[in-house]
Amino acid sequence: MGTKLTISRGEFLKLSATTGAGLVLGLYLPWKNQLAAQADQTFKPNVWVSIDTSGTVTIVMHRSEFGQKVWTSLPMILAEELEADWSRVQVVQGDLNPVYGGQSTGGSASVRTSYDKLRKAGAAAREMLISAAAQTWNVDRGECRAESGAVIHSPTGRKLGYGELVETAATLPIPEEVPLKDPKDFKIIGKSLKSLDGAAKIDGSVIYGLDFKLPGMLTAAVARCPVFGGTVASYDDSKARTVPGVRHIVPISSGVAVVADDTWSALEGRKALKVTWNEGAHARLSSEDISRTLREAAEKDGRSLRVAGDAEAALAQAETKLEVGYEVPYLDHATMEPMNCTAQVDKSSCEIWVPTQNPAAAHNAAQEITGLPDEAIKVHTLRMGGGFGRRLANDYARDAVEVAQAVTGPVKVLRTRDEDIQHGIYRPASYHHLKGGLDRKGNPLAWIHRASGPANAGFMIGPDSATYGIDLPYTIPNIHTSDITSELPVPAGPWRSVANTQLAFANESFIDELAHAARKDPYEFRRAYIKDHPRLLGVLELAAEKAGWGRRLPKGRYQGIAAHGCFRSYAAIVAEVSVDRRGRVTVHKMVCAVDCGIVINPDGVRSQVEGGITLGLTAALHGAITLEKGRVQQSNFHNYKLLTMRESPVIETYIVPSAQPPTGIGEPPVPPTPPAVTNAIYAATGIRIRRLPIDPKELQKG
Amino acid sequence: MAQISFIINGQRKSLDMDPDVRLLWVIRDSLGLTGTKYSCGMSLCGACTVHVDGDPVRSCVTAVSDVDGREVTTIEGLAEQNHPIHQAWIEEEVSQCGYCQPGQIMTAAALLAKNPKPSDKDIDQTMSRALCRCGTYQRIRRAIHRAAGEV
Ligand code: FES
Ligand code: FES
Repeated sequence: MGTKLTISRGEFLKLSATTGAGLVLGLYLPWKNQLAAQADQTFKPNVWVSIDTSGTVTIVMHRSEFGQKVWTSLPMILAEELEADWSRVQVVQGDLNPVYGGQSTGGSASVRTSYDKLRKAGAAAREMLISAAAQTWNVDRGECRAESGAVIHSPTGRKLGYGELVETAATLPIPEEVPLKDPKDFKIIGKSLKSLDGAAKIDGSVIYGLDFKLPGMLTAAVARCPVFGGTVASYDDSKARTVPGVRHIVPISSGVAVVADDTWSALEGRKALKVTWNEGAHARLSSEDISRTLREAAEKDGRSLRVAGDAEAALAQAETKLEVGYEVPYLDHATMEPMNCTAQVDKSSCEIWVPTQNPAAAHNAAQEITGLPDEAIKVHTLRMGGGFGRRLANDYARDAVEVAQAVTGPVKVLRTRDEDIQHGIYRPASYHHLKGGLDRKGNPLAWIHRASGPANAGFMIGPDSATYGIDLPYTIPNIHTSDITSELPVPAGPWRSVANTQLAFANESFIDELAHAARKDPYEFRRAYIKDHPRLLGVLELAAEKAGWGRRLPKGRYQGIAAHGCFRSYAAIVAEVSVDRRGRVTVHKMVCAVDCGIVINPDGVRSQVEGGITLGLTAALHGAITLEKGRVQQSNFHNYKLLTMRESPVIETYIVPSAQPPTGIGEPPVPPTPPAVTNAIYAATGIRIRRLPIDPKELQKG
Repeated sequence: MAQISFIINGQRKSLDMDPDVRLLWVIRDSLGLTGTKYSCGMSLCGACTVHVDGDPVRSCVTAVSDVDGREVTTIEGLAEQNHPIHQAWIEEEVSQCGYCQPGQIMTAAALLAKNPKPSDKDIDQTMSRALCRCGTYQRIRRAIHRAAGEV
């Protein structure tokens, strides 16, 4: 028998502001262990759905929306099993609450980790509504079916809308086992439905973090030491205090905050503030130093990650040997909405409104700073203008809580663009030392890859977040991969697809170099050795087919190919580029094939592929955060360039039909993008780009 | 301090304020219209674009005194006009995070007002100054063509 839900009802009613009677389900999973789990208190509900008496279905978004369109795709999964009328579905943001389970949004994991739970959640609600109808009509429930927001009594054609059934359904036990639909009967999953928030995103009504306002709210801007790790030596706020609207000057751990009535006053106040910095130990650090550190580290032995055969011995025997290095710089996320957070703190409570991918991290920061107990801290997730991994960190929430502690009432701390770029949590720079050998027939014999990166990246390599990571899908008899880390003071963290961006650039460039060294077609060469990874092979072949690999191209255009798997999804890209005499690269077309299992919303997948490729192209053509005298040299979009429409190629997406469980698509298109382009540049010019971003000087003719 | 009057989305506003304040912050902080976005503050991205007497203007670098006696339209105002561009944006499912989109739409609407049937080249030329980090450019292009068919 089922168990009655007890704790979720009040919580949910509060959340969704539903009034009157309604069916409210909090679904505890895993289902089989429901009772046991309840007894030992370790279970966590995953998803909440409510239906009110008007028949409106409200689904709580327990993850963060920042462009991946989970606001639509996750509800689609639940609505499918619920047999909901899609036009009656609405979504509300779930605040940080342990009842939802993990709420961090990253690793392309939202669909993958929510699929089963949301289906079961929807199916349970559906089954209860069917039972409620059968009970109302006093008929056998086997004669009833759910369809598009109503239950129908098949023999008589009688029909009751969900809204009419909720009161009865709410009295029924939650079933322990629920039948799930056969995927061939899906009506919502697999359709390119329009985003539920599509209109709100373009009429100015969506409230992003920066737009959030509370009565009496103050606004603050922080002066920060331009050198990482520097501290405040002293400051003179006499001028700043005279700026109209400035209320307080608050020293915090990241600098000095100027708190004012509004944004303009806070910014003017910060301009008038004079701070002397203790620049600390890193005031001389430059990008050349970082490059040298990473390159030198790559000379040493690191931590072995994959060892097959004896790669060094095999290399010694090889007929053809290659030894090269690849290097990529630090990158900023440069979300269009800069970091910001609003907080209100008093003696007994702390409340935070934050555009975050990771509300739990904001909570932890608040707890650490205020020392308040868990239940005294509330975190509300707000919409954000881009994330790309930057908003997994809590540095900006920390600023807000510290400032809020010092003032009365709510305060928003915002960053200006220069601050946002110069105080990021960057995609780590890395250096990759590659050695490879071919036998007389051009078959690869040995592959040695030593990846060198900063220690604070923490997740440089590893199979958990990556499908391949440093590992490679090519069957080569002797392989040795390893990584080695160096202490560097530049803050580093995840950036859309994490270490895969660096690793795929090295791996997919080097396999291309080996193919050319073997005088083989780079696509056919990959195909021959990728054979043990059918899904990767599948996307490789589909991309090649759709791009017409090897066909006659318009004059001056050349193709390059790359494939990579990460987060259990697979992507292959054929880039079509041309390079002019001055070394300027034009990317004309990117043809991408992806395999991400069952697809919830095909157009959503295409949109993520377009986004991932755009981010990857920006990294290939423009992206670099560089340091001089310990300072980030870039400050705004004139020197940290984003891809523009004019530079943006035609992007075609092809999806491999699949019955495999769904996996994510936010990140997988990013890693193969830069190597597809640089491989095409090699085809065009015979020049191998081993350092990003692409420097046109390397490609200039004569 | 100065007395500054202008019409915004059809409503007359009179404010007594520092004439140097950037229009962006007046719109967002004083008037509470947060559809107009801040992103670069240096006229480099277009997120803050509004129309002043029908022309696209970057409000982050425009002093409020510059719009004294003029007519300002923000994304909220354009949305109320049921401009075909909104429907086109929905049909093409343009937005990802959406943050840049009010600025993209204001820029595109101004383009269409001047050039009702823009070519790809015209679109690229005007829209390349409006940045999107999420990669929505090819959909923006399609949406502009779609709206052009209906303007
Ligand atoms: S915020 Fe005004 S152009 Fe970027
Ligand atoms: S949609 Fe996110 S910045 Fe354009």
